[in-house]
Formats: sequence, C-alpha cells, structure tokens
Amino acid sequence: MMNENVKFFQGNETCAEAALYAGLDFFAGYPITPSSEIAEHLSHRLPQIGGKFLQMEDEIASICAIIGASLTGHKVMTATSGPGFSLMQEALGYAIMTEIPCVIVNVQRGGPSTGLPTHASQGDVCQTQWGTHGDHAIIALTASNHQDVFAMTVDAFNLAETYRTPVILLFDEVVGHMRERLILPKKGEVPLVKRLRTSVEGGVDYHPYLPREDGRLPMSDFGGVHRYNVTGLFHDMWGFPSDNPRIVQDLLHQLVDKINNNVHQIARLKEYYLEDATTILISYGSSARSALHVVENHRLRGDRLGLLELQTLWPFPYGLIREKCVNAKYIVVVEMNMGQILREVKMAVDQPEKVFLANRIDGVFITPMDIRNLLGLIQGKGV
Amino acid sequence: MLLSGSGGQGVITAGIILAGAAVLHENLIAVQSQTYGPRARGGATRSDVIISDSDIYYPKVIQPNVLVCLTQEAYNTFYPIIRPGGLLVIDTGFVEPKKSVDARQKALPIYQSVMQEIGRPIVFNICMLGVVLGLIDLVKPKSVMKILETQIPRTFLEINRKALHLGMKLAAGNQN
Amino acid sequence: MPIKDYIRERYFPHLWCSGCGHGIVLGSFLRAIQQLGLSKNEIVMVSGIGCSSRITGYVDFHTLHTLHGRALAFATGVKMGLPELNIIVPMGDGDALAIGGNHFIHTARRNIDITAIVMNNRIYGMTGGQFSPLSGYGIKATTAPYFNIDHDFDVVELATAAGASFVARTTTYHEKQLTNIITKAIQHVGFSVVEVLTQCPTYFGRKNDIGSAVDMMKLYKEKTTPRGSKAKKENPDLIERGIFVQKEMPEYCNEYNKIIEKAMKGH
Repeated sequence: MMNENVKFFQGNETCAEAALYAGLDFFAGYPITPSSEIAEHLSHRLPQIGGKFLQMEDEIASICAIIGASLTGHKVMTATSGPGFSLMQEALGYAIMTEIPCVIVNVQRGGPSTGLPTHASQGDVCQTQWGTHGDHAIIALTASNHQDVFAMTVDAFNLAETYRTPVILLFDEVVGHMRERLILPKKGEVPLVKRLRTSVEGGVDYHPYLPREDGRLPMSDFGGVHRYNVTGLFHDMWGFPSDNPRIVQDLLHQLVDKINNNVHQIARLKEYYLEDATTILISYGSSARSALHVVENHRLRGDRLGLLELQTLWPFPYGLIREKCVNAKYIVVVEMNMGQILREVKMAVDQPEKVFLANRIDGVFITPMDIRNLLGLIQGKGV
Repeated sequence: MLLSGSGGQGVITAGIILAGAAVLHENLIAVQSQTYGPRARGGATRSDVIISDSDIYYPKVIQPNVLVCLTQEAYNTFYPIIRPGGLLVIDTGFVEPKKSVDARQKALPIYQSVMQEIGRPIVFNICMLGVVLGLIDLVKPKSVMKILETQIPRTFLEINRKALHLGMKLAAGNQN
Repeated sequence: MPIKDYIRERYFPHLWCSGCGHGIVLGSFLRAIQQLGLSKNEIVMVSGIGCSSRITGYVDFHTLHTLHGRALAFATGVKMGLPELNIIVPMGDGDALAIGGNHFIHTARRNIDITAIVMNNRIYGMTGGQFSPLSGYGIKATTAPYFNIDHDFDVVELATAAGASFVARTTTYHEKQLTNIITKAIQHVGFSVVEVLTQCPTYFGRKNDIGSAVDMMKLYKEKTTPRGSKAKKENPDLIERGIFVQKEMPEYCNEYNKIIEKAMKGH
C-alpha cells in the first residue's frame, strides 16, 4: 500500500507545502521562473484552508503586501527569483527596520540582470546579505534535498517569529525544479513557533519597540486594542520617528545584535566524515549534492574526504567553520558562483591560503567531475 | 536513464510518471530532473530519471543505462553518452539509427503503432514507457497506472492503459 | 468623541509649514471619522513617503508609515489580512502617481475596499520643491528652473479609467465639501479616490509667484466649480469639483471569499 506521507514532489511544491505546514496563511507574489510553481501551488492550496493568495502587479507590491498582512497577524511568504529579489530589496530593509516577521523565497537563477532564467546558479548569496542598504543583519537558509527544503522552510517561519525579522530561503533552480521523494512530517512532529503577542491589556501603554529582557519583542495585531505607529524611519519604543542619536544607535544595535549574537542558535549545518578528513568540501544548496557524491565515492576508495554542508548561510557561522576546519589540509568550497561563500570561508579559517574554489558559472549544474578535477589539481595529481 | 525527444512529445511527463511510480508504489529512491531553456526548446528535450535502492546525490544522468530517443536530433545529441552495453530505444518513424553504437539498440515503430491502434498522438509517451517497462524490469506497469489514475481525467485513463500495454506488446514482440 | 481624541497630541506640533493645506485635509478627515462614529481600533492608516504621508504619525489609529509609492501595496496586504478594517491611504503626488503609479492603477483595477486621499499640491515638498507628475506644463520647480515640459495627469480621469468605483475631487478651500466627500468615500465599498487640491505656499506658491497660502486658496475658489455647473460650460478652463464616479461593483475581498468557498467545497 502507498504510504500517504510519502510524496513525489518538485522542490518548489515541497517549499509551498512546508510553508503551509508551518502555518502560512497569506502569500503574495508575481510569477517568475524558476519560482512560479510555488505561487501556482499556493493559489490552489491556500483558499482550501481559508488562506489568502494574491498575485500582485510586481515583486515590490508582493513583498509590501505580505508585510502589511503580517501586521494583521498572518504568517506570510512571497517567492521570487533574482530580478524579482532585486526589486524586493527596499521593502526587505523595511521589514528588517520595522521588525515584521516574513519569509522570502529566492529560487536562484543565473544573473546579473535577466541572466539565465532556467539554469542553475547560486549567484545571489552576497546580495541576500547586502542587497538592501544600510547596516543590518539577515537570516538566510538553504537546502540541497527536498526533505531539507521542507525542514528549512518550516525553520524559516520559526526563526522569523523568534527574531521578528524577514528570513530568506535561498534555493536554486536545480532543487526547485527537481522531483524526488519527500516524507511529509505528521502534524505536530516538527515544532512550530507561534507569534509572540503582548500580554499588555488594552488601556495600558504598550511599547511595540521595547525589547523584553530576552531581546524578544511581543507584537500586537493591527485591528487589536493597541494602536501604534510603524515606520521605516528610525523610531523610538512607541514606533514614532526619531533622530535622537542615542535612539538611532540603540535601534541599529537591536536589529543587528539580535541576529549576530545568536549565530549558534541560528546556524544549521550537516557534517559528513569530518572526524578524520584531511580535505574538507564546504558546500550548500544543490551544489552540496555533487559534493556529497564525490565524498561518498572517494570514501569507498579510502580517501579522507569530508563534507560540511551549510544550511544557514547568513549570519555566516565563522566560529563553527573555523573549528570544524582546523585540522584540514585543504578546504574546497563548492558553489555555483565566483566565490561568494569562498570569501567568507577564507575569513573564517586561520590559513586562507589552504582554501580553494570548485565552481561553475556557466549555468550548467556543477558535476562531480568538476570537483574531482579541482581536487586532483590541488593535491598535485593533475586532472 | 534519459528520455529525450522534442518539446510536446511528453518525455518530461513520462519521466515524472516513471520516477513517481518508483517512489510512491515501489518504495524505491528516484530523482527526476530536466533541462529547460532555449537549448531544450530549439534542440533536444531531456528528462533525467535515476532510480535506485539507495540515496541519490548528483541528480543528473551522466551515462544512461537506458536511453530513449524520439527524434533524430535527440539521438544525435545523446547516443554518444550511453553507457557501453546499455539499452537504447528509438522510434523508427523519427530516428535513423547508426550501426556503430555500443548498446542494445531497439528500434520500434512506437508512434506508428499508437496512431494505428489508438489514433491519439497524446499517449505516445505512455506507449514509450510501456516499451521501456517491457524491455527492462524497472517498475511494475501497475504502479505506472496508479500514478496515471491520480493525474489524468478518468475519461483518458483507458487510452493510456491501452497505450501502456501496446508498448509492452511491442517490446515483447521485439524480444522474440 | 471630540476631534482631539483622534490625534496623538504628544507628537504635535506637526512638521508642515505654516500655510500648508495638509492640516486642513487632516481636519476634514478627522471630522469625517467623527461623523461616521468609527472606533479608533477599526481604522488603519497606511502612508508612503512625503509631507502628506506624515499624517499617519499624528492620528491615534493603527498607523503604518511605509516606503515611497508603496502605501497601496502595503494597504492591500492589511486589508486582505483583515477585511473588517477600514483602510485609509493619504498620498502625495509622487506616492500616488509617480513612483506609486503602477500600484495606484492596479489597486483601482482590483476595486479593493481602500480609501485613497490624493493630496495634490503639484510639487515635491519634502525633498525641496521638485516638479511632480501633477505639476503640469509650464510650471517652475527646483528641477524645472526654466519651465516644466512634462504634462500632468488628470487624477480623476486616470482613476476612473483604471476602474476605481468612487472618484471625487475638491480643494482645501471647500472644507465642508471635503469632509462630506471623505465621509462618502469611506462608506463606499470598493476602491475610492479623493483628489484634494492642497496648497504648498513654500515651494509651489513661491516658485510660481502665486503669493501666500491665502492667495492660493482664493484661486481654488475662483478656478473651480461644482461638477456639471453652468459656469463650466461658459468657462471650460474651470476645474470641476464633486463626485465623478460612485458605482456598486464587486469588491476584491468579497470576491476572494467566493474563491475560498469554491476551494473549500472541492476539498
């Protein structure tokens, strides 16, 4: 008999289903390859549970609409790809500044500009951290297979609520379009973080932007008993605009520290054969599949090769990377860009000269052979 | 395995159905992916399917054990990558085979049979799947039918069943 | 409830220049709310960026001060998120029809129940007097030191063509009419657009030698006329005031409920 929890899904469908599992009840988006299936799937599924699906006039309107809906108490998401993600950057900064939970999916394609709409790339890693202007911190998660796409999507909603911040899901064309097995977790199997709402009663002063001692900010839904102001300007604890230097500095610290001081809580990574590895591959997203392919094959031959798969890309877990790589003779970053995570890894480790890049930037999904060739070169064996 | 042809022949759908049958009804591990874009449109469309009893990491097919080519262009593009000794299925109506391929080459009039026996080109891809399943022991035809039952309108189910069995019959005839 | 109970007194004095028409719009808006007897908790005010957008800070409702041009997109999310709420969007020239022009026409097309108050002062005040898409040909501005060659939009015609189901225009001189129109616009189910001609003596008045705020308001009296009046026939240059469109049309949130109903049945 067929197990009802076993599904054969596309990565994009998996992400949509996981979002629903996490409590998504409001989505706004604009179609763009290779992410459109997320919108299509949710346009079908959301009304079935009384949720809302909006197709807006562009990506800017889409992210603005979900931020607005989040303030009315919904769990919200939008999904896009490179050009759309570029358009969303201003409002992404607004969600960071106003501390409104939301999830933004970027199924990466080749860039810059319209680039390669239907091909594999991981070129938006740095944009995800630094795309919007001003100092800020961001949380970005990724995944290499559908089970992890599901887990990271649910996690994204949980982290968005925990830290009152936008969370980016940085997938790619390969994982988004590929189909493979997914075992749907049962209801209640994966813990969900509910929105933290204020316990302050009506008529008593509620300070929307006054963090509790644990740093968290309880929210109050629009339409509820507390009326307050939300603004993208620097603001005081009531949410009213302020340019008082003390208030400005404190708020900026709140926005950055709440994430960067919790790197260890936010860091998600998978380790394969790191204990005795002399060469460590560091990879993420679909590239990690090719990297794991190489590691498993080389282990059969007795080569001491290991893989560190990053699932949290931002905040970058510098300390953890340094710790895990301390005994490695070579570190090879496997990614489909010109070295965006390579740069971070070099900053993390003690000897940046032992870090190499195995990449592919031509829209073709990186192959195990590409990685093997690089390994041969750095180990002096040739290709 | 690699299913290839041109846009509209249904090779991508066929790949999804096959891999889905393996995962959902045979408790196997399977991954299906495809190549899109101008290369896929102008030239040969490919649908990559890997079926295994253990985890699959790299999801693309490098050297297919089974290669299906439904157009000359797909054949010309992909026959050089078949694993030596693999199974190569071609449609005689569309492909002029080369003699020198190191593979078990099966040239069958799939399209022509579909048109003669069923008269509906839409089930060409399902008939092709029937041929593959008739030639190698991959998944049970019953599993494929179960997938079809959940994916297509009931009124089309019968012609799909016919097409699948027609394919298997073609394969059986060829093996004799 | 006295009108001052609708404002956040501690944030006054406001930042508008003396003579600015925006305070009159705020006053009219609050009187409209007062007449409608709406509870403060059921009103959300969403604004973008500009002088007009600062209204949100001063009123004691749920207030969302967003990005330049994007107020209607945010407002659409709030409204769809909680359709019971009354959503008011005060907007300036740029917010409504330059950077926000696309959102403006699409919100009108959807006919979602939001009230947009377009405060048309024909200039960008917050940034120091640059021309806007409502300035019009021949006008002077800090970015049109010789004269402006850009033609202006007619807000009423544009909103009507885009599908808004309530469209009206008046001026800060006609305060009673303004209150009355805003009241009707809020009551209307669907997308309502209220264009208010409002004076910017600091930039528009000064750059174009029109004189003081009072002089500018006098011009609103002299150069406008009720819609369909005899005066308009005699002098076609007069700008018409009043309600231009008021029609019942399917509202977006209600329509979406039909989708939910259908999806739930099939499920």
